Amino acid sequence: MSDVDLIIIGAGPAGMSAAATAARGGLKVLLLDEQGHPGGQIYRNVAKNGTSRSWLGKEYASGARLVEALDNPHISTQFGATVWRLDDGPTVVWSKSGTSQISTARHVLITSGAQERPVPFPGWTLPGVMPAGAAQILMKSAGMLPRDAVLAGSGPLLYLVAAQMIDAGCPPKAVVETQTPRMMLNALPHLPKALLGISTLFKGLGLIRKIKAAGVQRYSNASDFRAHPNEDGTLAFSFQAKGKETHLNCALLLSHQGVIPSTHMTRSAGIAHEWNEAQQAFQPVTDDWGTTDRTGLHVAGDSAGIGGADAAAAAGELAALNILQLCGCLNSDTRNQRAAKARAGLLRARSLRPFLDAAYAPTAETLAPVDETIVCRCEEITAGDVRQSMSEGATGQRQMKTSLRTGMGPCQGRMCDATVRAILCAPRNTATDSIAPPRARAPIKPVTLAELAALSKIQAGAD
Amino acid sequence: MKVVSRFQPPPESGPKVQFVFEDEQITAPQGISLAAALLAHSGNATRRTSTGAQRTAYCMMGVCFECLVDVDGVPNTQSCMTVVRDGMVVKRQIGLRTIQGGDYV
Ligand code: FES
Repeated sequence: MSDVDLIIIGAGPAGMSAAATAARGGLKVLLLDEQGHPGGQIYRNVAKNGTSRSWLGKEYASGARLVEALDNPHISTQFGATVWRLDDGPTVVWSKSGTSQISTARHVLITSGAQERPVPFPGWTLPGVMPAGAAQILMKSAGMLPRDAVLAGSGPLLYLVAAQMIDAGCPPKAVVETQTPRMMLNALPHLPKALLGISTLFKGLGLIRKIKAAGVQRYSNASDFRAHPNEDGTLAFSFQAKGKETHLNCALLLSHQGVIPSTHMTRSAGIAHEWNEAQQAFQPVTDDWGTTDRTGLHVAGDSAGIGGADAAAAAGELAALNILQLCGCLNSDTRNQRAAKARAGLLRARSLRPFLDAAYAPTAETLAPVDETIVCRCEEITAGDVRQSMSEGATGQRQMKTSLRTGMGPCQGRMCDATVRAILCAPRNTATDSIAPPRARAPIKPVTLAELAALSKIQAGAD
Repeated sequence: MKVVSRFQPPPESGPKVQFVFEDEQITAPQGISLAAALLAHSGNATRRTSTGAQRTAYCMMGVCFECLVDVDGVPNTQSCMTVVRDGMVVKRQIGLRTIQGGDYV
């Protein structure tokens, strides 16, 4: 007998909309999230912020309605709960306040979202260098505003953070953009399809207008990022733009090169993954409803491929409708009928994606940085070390791990897998999908030995 | 040398908590993460790697493990995932794999 019908891992837009849909359909749902409040990263703290911090914008505030829908007697929630193991069964092992628990369900939906793509360059490990998304988390969760900050990189989030900073009264010192005219050319053929998402496109243009109107200095086609520490703890940031070396001093250097799916959980569960060339990232293989090749395991939202918050909410609803049908609460005709609206929403939300993926593609130097760059922050291994190891015969990520310890630190490769892979693929121009995704093993988040011991005692007692 | 915070101070209103970082008493708004409180307090490093390099919290979402500190004697605590509490005693961490009580798998 399972504890509940459905366990949902991650309370972002996909997880929240799935929980509400499943509970309304009669399923008993357990919703787990590592953070202290629902919302995921995109709507982080949305219910608590209410109408304060209005500079975060209307889009952000709209997440509140997803949080409200969690108020349903069929949904139990656990926040501050870190899932560290997921097995067939399905069985979920999660830890909260130093104690681990095992929960079982007929179905598990993984909505673990995305992480920012690592942006390695010489100096990216210095205090003061952070991802733009991290600064945004501090704005949402603590009302902390970046001071004397430069935004550098590319992607919609870079513009959004710049606009939020302007509205909050702390405009960035400069926005240094890496996208090239060539990327825009590559993106143009996707524009007709993107017109379905025209309102989002207009919102994006509005952000750029706001940055221009605020008189923020912008640099385009920038490359060769480098940061050095100044005596007073500030950063000396240098880059090439229009063939000229440019120097900026700042207290905070906020980088961004898009987001990639968080796949540690799906990989550790043995779900098949595929390489998404346009997004330069691995994603789990799923069907239209989010089902995977593992019985009872489903994936929706950004953790199944980057689509953004609206796409995630729609995909979460679709996955929940399908799970309702699998549990016998709906027949397939009703499921399909009820899915029509979410399907249309998903199509609309995704229509802009190919254009964005091409226009704001990660730069070559982000994917495979210069030799002196640290790529594995935990073990302090440089791109040069990785290339050296390749010249000595290493051809895959497994061998790299054994010879260099890349990905063996506490982050378990979350900050270096993408880079090591790109460096491995660069010289022979190997199609990136010929190298399998690195394996992820439980525990996918560190657990103390004491916690493990306590858990095995419970298990022994139950047997 | 103390490096000034890279963030503007969080809003004054609302309940506060007090905790100790190294030898300093720090006041922070209730409900924020320990990593946020440390970043609001100063721009200095909160961790050193085993080669001595300085690091501060990076991703703020539990991914990078750069924010590890020692909280009430427990090393390897992810400060971005820990809500700051009254009376916490926080220390800088040197290296990632400390032995006492910090034997992580
Ligand atoms: S700052 Fe990255 S895990 Fe805490």
